[in-house]
Amino acid sequence: MDVGTLLTVQLPTLLAVVIGVPAVLAGYIVLGEFLVRRLPDGVRPSVRPWIWVGPALLFVALFLVYPVFGTVYRSLLAGKDAPGGAFVGLGNYASVLTLNNFPNGGVWIAIRDNVYWLIFYTILALLFGLLLAVLTDRVPYETPVKSLIFMPMAISFTALAIIWRFMFSYQPPGEPQTGTLNAILTGLFHAPPITWVQDERVNNFALIGAAVWGITGFVMVILSASLKGIPGELLEAARVDGAGELTIFRRVIFPLLMPTITVVGTTLVIFALKAFDIVYVMTAGNYHTDVLANTMYKTLYLAQNFANSSAIAVILLIAVIPVLIFNLRQFRAVESRR
Amino acid sequence: MVVRPPLRRAAAFGLFAVLALAACAPGQSTGGGGGGGKIGGTVHVLAVWSGAEQDSFMAVLKPFEDRTGITVEYEATRDLDATLLTRVQAGNPPEITGAPSVGTLNKLATQGKLQALDNIVDMNALKSQYADTWLKLGKSTSNGKLYQIFSWAAMKGLVWYNPKSFQAKGYTVPKTFADFTALVSKIKSDGTTPLCVTLESGAASGWPGSDWIKEIVLSQSGATVYDNWWAGKQKWTSPEIKQAWQTFGQLIGPGAGNVFGGPNYMVSTNFGDVGTPMFASPPKCYMLNQGSFITDFFVKANPSLKPSQDFTFFPLPTINSANAGSTVMAGDGFSMTKNTPQSRELIKYLTTAEAQSIWVKRGGKISPNKNVPVSDYPDDISKQVATALAAAKIADFDAGDLMPADMRNAWWSHVLDFVKDQSKLDSILADLDKTQATAYSGT
Repeated sequence: MDVGTLLTVQLPTLLAVVIGVPAVLAGYIVLGEFLVRRLPDGVRPSVRPWIWVGPALLFVALFLVYPVFGTVYRSLLAGKDAPGGAFVGLGNYASVLTLNNFPNGGVWIAIRDNVYWLIFYTILALLFGLLLAVLTDRVPYETPVKSLIFMPMAISFTALAIIWRFMFSYQPPGEPQTGTLNAILTGLFHAPPITWVQDERVNNFALIGAAVWGITGFVMVILSASLKGIPGELLEAARVDGAGELTIFRRVIFPLLMPTITVVGTTLVIFALKAFDIVYVMTAGNYHTDVLANTMYKTLYLAQNFANSSAIAVILLIAVIPVLIFNLRQFRAVESRR
Repeated sequence: MVVRPPLRRAAAFGLFAVLALAACAPGQSTGGGGGGGKIGGTVHVLAVWSGAEQDSFMAVLKPFEDRTGITVEYEATRDLDATLLTRVQAGNPPEITGAPSVGTLNKLATQGKLQALDNIVDMNALKSQYADTWLKLGKSTSNGKLYQIFSWAAMKGLVWYNPKSFQAKGYTVPKTFADFTALVSKIKSDGTTPLCVTLESGAASGWPGSDWIKEIVLSQSGATVYDNWWAGKQKWTSPEIKQAWQTFGQLIGPGAGNVFGGPNYMVSTNFGDVGTPMFASPPKCYMLNQGSFITDFFVKANPSLKPSQDFTFFPLPTINSANAGSTVMAGDGFSMTKNTPQSRELIKYLTTAEAQSIWVKRGGKISPNKNVPVSDYPDDISKQVATALAAAKIADFDAGDLMPADMRNAWWSHVLDFVKDQSKLDSILADLDKTQATAYSGT
């Protein structure tokens, strides 16, 4: 990057973004308010929210709704090598779901692994996060412990995957083990080393374990904040009534944490469904560890098959919908209880 | 993994400096050239080299940057084809790409996403410097235009060994393929694993095994089968290709028992670390098959190793005498996705013997350019490789690089499956046939 392009191209762009965008938004709101004031009193309250929410709706429609429908539409067209082609109905779905020749075992393996991620990643992260939040709440050295556990959050998924690849590294039995886990396994337990990343019996769990390590701190911090919000009197009252610590956790703390757990759970489910980085770096989807996001990536960028990759994207979308409905219901139930 | 060199940081720092000082820089705008031949500006290069190889590529670029004032922003990825296709699709391609697969380039060329080089470089000079094979490889099969120029080459199918450990055990270099398999059995019966094979390479894992298979196909069934095969006209389930997989399977032994560490070590160890057990004392394996570039990795991992004394090679013996002298080679070609004054300068520079000699002298690369003298090669081994490449009778390009990217990736991935369980061969080949049926359409 030289000074010339910086001054002529990048600096004006930067100025336009930093000054121009807020200016345009402010202008829009001022103009909107000006117009709303001209309206009769009765109509005003029903129009005003739309003026304010308008830009956000426009952006959501443009960058989220339009691409979703675009992808659904494209998934119904033939389109190998170039996007768009003749209408083929559900042909692309049939070919995605029936062809199992795609590298690494086809789309069913990816769906199975996504289910693993959905179940184990979400539950383990919530479990460890909750456990750590409750336990650290009771010790004087809470802050340093929480900082340490939160630290992996600062690492990108790619770096995390590379670090864990070293942890999982394998040498043949009898050789000095350079990977931490295999060193423990052979040194302490005198068991044969395991190829954590390649062995199909353990590799999905190894990958999920690495991901859980990365996210537990996040879950812990949010649950911990919610835990601090529970009034002390409530717990004391329960103790006075003769409740043991476990009963207090089960009957008082846990129900009060439920709304937060639901929110964190939703986030984790979404993370699990869009799992990509760790799989891509550690196995590239080999050895039956493929997930849908990685299959979609390979179909789009290696096979250049726009139709089939759109179909996979829609399958992923359909997979999310039940989870979303469940979460919305859960959310509403919690709201109505208040 | 994408490695960004400090150039980007320097650029970011430059941005801060400019904003802080609000300096009124003299008109040093892009392409403003002027006197002294300094062009200035930036050119983005995307290629596969990282680590030691990246250092060598940077050394090649240094004189170019000094002379022209052009800054090269280099980005490395092992997942080159997908990265390049993504960037092209997003309308943000690098100007120059180093060593993508020929299959991907053909795809981009048919889509009109590549710049033809015929009018950019001096074709007459090229013709005097390069053998026809190399120029032909860079041309599009559909319109005959030149899209890729090869700066370096690697010779594949070289079996590396440590002459000292061979001498200590009384092993001799095999002349025929039968001798080679006999030597493998002998080393095995002496109580050591004969071979080292490692296959891990990120998203490209499995490729070193595919090298074995393509070398066996060429030397067992000849160039016609080989060419039909990469072109998608020879089925994977055909007897010739199946036989090549079986030959590979017999060499690595049942359960990969002829290979150090067995299948678990093979699939979990990076291709660059293949030599480590061979140079251990006592050696844990005696031979490994890899391209000429691997010497770079030997020396970087173990700087005390001396070429010729501690490691040398013999070409993998021909299986069928009718194909004697057959060689698989691979090339590092450069192609241009965006035509700018800076990218034109760079591609011209990379075709010169001057640029190519820099890496040749640093070791690990062979140049296909006739103007790079044999004396430029740093040691006897690379001199031998360069001579062997020039003398190869049936030199054929790396089949994997010629196939469409999804065909090749399926192959790599299935090499891993095969190594873990050889009994799956029939279903693996049937799967590859299914990929073959879809991968070639539209290319």
